[in-house]
Amino acid sequence: MTPHTPRRARWGALVMLAGALALSLGAGALEAREKDKKKGKDAADTPTLVAKKEAEGVFPSTYRPYPGIATAIRGATIFDGRGGQIDNGVVFMSGGKIVAVGGPDTPIPADIAVLDGTGKFVTPGIIDIHSHLGDYPTPAVQAHSDGNEATSPTTPEVWAEHSVWPQDPGFTRALANGGVTALQILPGSANLMGGRSVTLKNVPARTVQGMKFPGAPYGFKMACGENPKRVYGGKGRMPSTRMGNFAVNRSTWLAAIDYANNKEAKRDLAKETLVGVLKGEILVHNHCYRADEMALVLDMAKEMGYKVSTFHHAVEAYKIGDLLRENDVCSAIWADWYGFKMESYDGILENAAFLQREGACVVIHSDDANDIQRLNQEARKAQKAGQRLGIDIPDGVAIQWITYNPAKAMGIAEMTGSLEPGKMADVVLWNGHPLSVYSRPEKVWIDGALMFDATNPKLRPVSDFELGQPGEGDVK
Amino acid sequence: MKRLLAAALSSCALALAAAPALAQDVTITNARLVIGDGSEPIANGTVVVRGGSVVYAGPAGGAPSAGETVDAAGAWVTPGLFATVTTLGLADVSAVGESNDITARSAPFSAALDAAAIINPASQHILVHRAAGITRAATTTLPSGSIFAGQGALIDLDGDGQAVMQPRAFQMVALGEGGAELAGGSRVAAHVLLRAALREAEALVGRTGTPQTTEIARGDDLFLGRFDAEALVPVVTGRQKLYVAAERAADIRAVLAIKRDFPRLDLVLVGASEGWLVADAIAAAGVPVIANGLTDLPESFEQLGATQSNAGRLARAGVKVAINAGSLQDPRRLQQVAGNLVALTRVPGASGMSWGAAFAAISSVPAEISGLGGKAGVLKPGALGDVVIWDGDPLEVGSVPTRVYIGGVKQDLTNHQTRLRDRYLDLDESDRPKAFDW
Repeated sequence: MTPHTPRRARWGALVMLAGALALSLGAGALEAREKDKKKGKDAADTPTLVAKKEAEGVFPSTYRPYPGIATAIRGATIFDGRGGQIDNGVVFMSGGKIVAVGGPDTPIPADIAVLDGTGKFVTPGIIDIHSHLGDYPTPAVQAHSDGNEATSPTTPEVWAEHSVWPQDPGFTRALANGGVTALQILPGSANLMGGRSVTLKNVPARTVQGMKFPGAPYGFKMACGENPKRVYGGKGRMPSTRMGNFAVNRSTWLAAIDYANNKEAKRDLAKETLVGVLKGEILVHNHCYRADEMALVLDMAKEMGYKVSTFHHAVEAYKIGDLLRENDVCSAIWADWYGFKMESYDGILENAAFLQREGACVVIHSDDANDIQRLNQEARKAQKAGQRLGIDIPDGVAIQWITYNPAKAMGIAEMTGSLEPGKMADVVLWNGHPLSVYSRPEKVWIDGALMFDATNPKLRPVSDFELGQPGEGDVK
Repeated sequence: MKRLLAAALSSCALALAAAPALAQDVTITNARLVIGDGSEPIANGTVVVRGGSVVYAGPAGGAPSAGETVDAAGAWVTPGLFATVTTLGLADVSAVGESNDITARSAPFSAALDAAAIINPASQHILVHRAAGITRAATTTLPSGSIFAGQGALIDLDGDGQAVMQPRAFQMVALGEGGAELAGGSRVAAHVLLRAALREAEALVGRTGTPQTTEIARGDDLFLGRFDAEALVPVVTGRQKLYVAAERAADIRAVLAIKRDFPRLDLVLVGASEGWLVADAIAAAGVPVIANGLTDLPESFEQLGATQSNAGRLARAGVKVAINAGSLQDPRRLQQVAGNLVALTRVPGASGMSWGAAFAAISSVPAEISGLGGKAGVLKPGALGDVVIWDGDPLEVGSVPTRVYIGGVKQDLTNHQTRLRDRYLDLDESDRPKAFDW
């Protein structure tokens, strides 16, 4: 037996299967086809085959908020996500929305559930702008490695949502330990243009559509620097240098502009995404470490007519805080990652604080299935580094770095990211100060539905994968 | 410089007795004092370091005095943190291959690799971690060409030109999925390779240097050569600790079983994500664990039971537990992990550690596991004069040292990062470019 025999056998089976299918179509199907042929003679009746356009709704969100009960939390310290702090405050949510936020005298109806928040803290749901959960899920086996279509330096046509495995146990840890209620799943950074991101509600679902954040704009992942030139240069193709990175990017944008101007052009998935960026409908999230490269990207964006929403990782953003402020670009950064690759060599603890000093937008991100569980702690590290130098960063602002600011950069700040009347009731009740290492989420609501309760062992999600396995339903 | 004396000693001996040449005598008063042995902090404590060693640490009353007096003004004062298992001093930038000595996939050696020979005391990582309060570490190459990582060293972080306190302090071997891959594709192969290697080493006991052992090879893959077998002689005779990386409960049981065939092995488990499932067996075997601190994801099929409560549950079962710095983004996150273990004591159903126990898990306990019990990670008479004064609760995220002593020597806390920080305190280039600001 040659090693090829089993494969031939498998093909054989497929052929047989096809034969069986043809048989099962049977006489009825054949008659129908004859009918169609006759109809076809009448040109007016010929159906034109056409795919749905994106604007008509493709892969639409099927997420629906789960039922919740009208609830007020009284007596807690509230960080509203916009930099504010209310001591001994009241948060009242009903119908899935925030109804009222205020001081101890804030009126609440008599017939609702009231939680005593004394000694506890309330924040908006935590938002991670940079996650690969679902696309690079655990267990991190090769069969699950769906985060990078690293077969071409530009793949604007891929959509991260088509790789998301909703059963990734990482979603549940981010909820229970991190209070994460919304997150952006990005393609990886091997490619200059990695594809579309998707924004999810951190509510377990059987399908990715069931997690898609209704109304969230798409993001577009781009990457600077070492990764694209290493991956493709290593394959003996362009780009193999940073100047190659820019050349490929600019050529791709020019082709997209031509496409946008050509009314006769055939549909092209890649260019549809690029045109969406050029029209401002899709937000650019650009992985970029070095300050000088970020400055070049900003000029490329001006040349081509698009806007960068956020630089991700942005380890050297502190060197150009002024430029980033002037261009209204957020920096989504770690608190303390440094030195693991050349372009991260100049990482410092004060990155966020120096950006804040310049009035530039700061977002603390994870890019990691572990760190997403502790974004509050990462924000604290970055805050403390600034406070040591006398930079004024109130606790409310550090919380804003992981709530309102990421929401803004992801284009969902009208709906979530802060505790304001009318917004989604995405709320975390913490058992202590949320910027302390000693604190954890006690309860997490998403759209007013209680999705995690540390005091109730059954009120935590367990993914399909974990059923019947060691540690099912454990505190994790 | 302080190692001038140490150099006169045998290369295997600890340089503990050598009084560092530049050690200052110092008395730190008014401290919120942490001994590091698991006890809770002492208010208004005093630490006295003389001749590079601790001579007193405890309540102010009855404390002797020596040298300069430093008023801590109520600040937290602790022993230096002990980081294990690290790669400090073995790479400048891990993704820059030419700067990275952590692995040697193409080398014909595995167990014989000896990190002590090339540790760079001036590594920025050493300087950065010293500024984070880590004063001593166990550092090692990692398994790449075979299941054996090579021999790890114990180092100090004082950057004085001689980092190594004790070379060849331990050997590390990977079992589980990682070892399986390196052994040719299965756990079964990894276990046979380990046992075969230990048998080769036994055959060499008392005959070191005799070129008689058989190499274990397949094609061009050399799994164990003569020098590797020689390097395992101290392991099989129990003179050198054997760190075994394993995660799954079944793999941990299999590790404990190896001791039945090789009773002199001095085993330490590394990783042990599912250790809590076999905590009683580990405790009964008296094997310490260098546990992944906060791993709670089924990262692989051998970590299905991973939970942040692992360390706490192991400790409750009577296992000696230190935190594995190798499982972290950087060893300077040890304080954060310990703080999280304290946080778990307030989570219903979770197991954590008291503040004192959590601090010990990143100071005295890893030092004890490394063979430095009573010498490092603890402030007791006779211990090394490694003292850290902090700007806040040392287990709280964002707290950093304001002063670090290693062996009684006050350390410079500047490094590449602090120099960048100082340069970019503002973005003012009105007079000259930033390049002139240094």
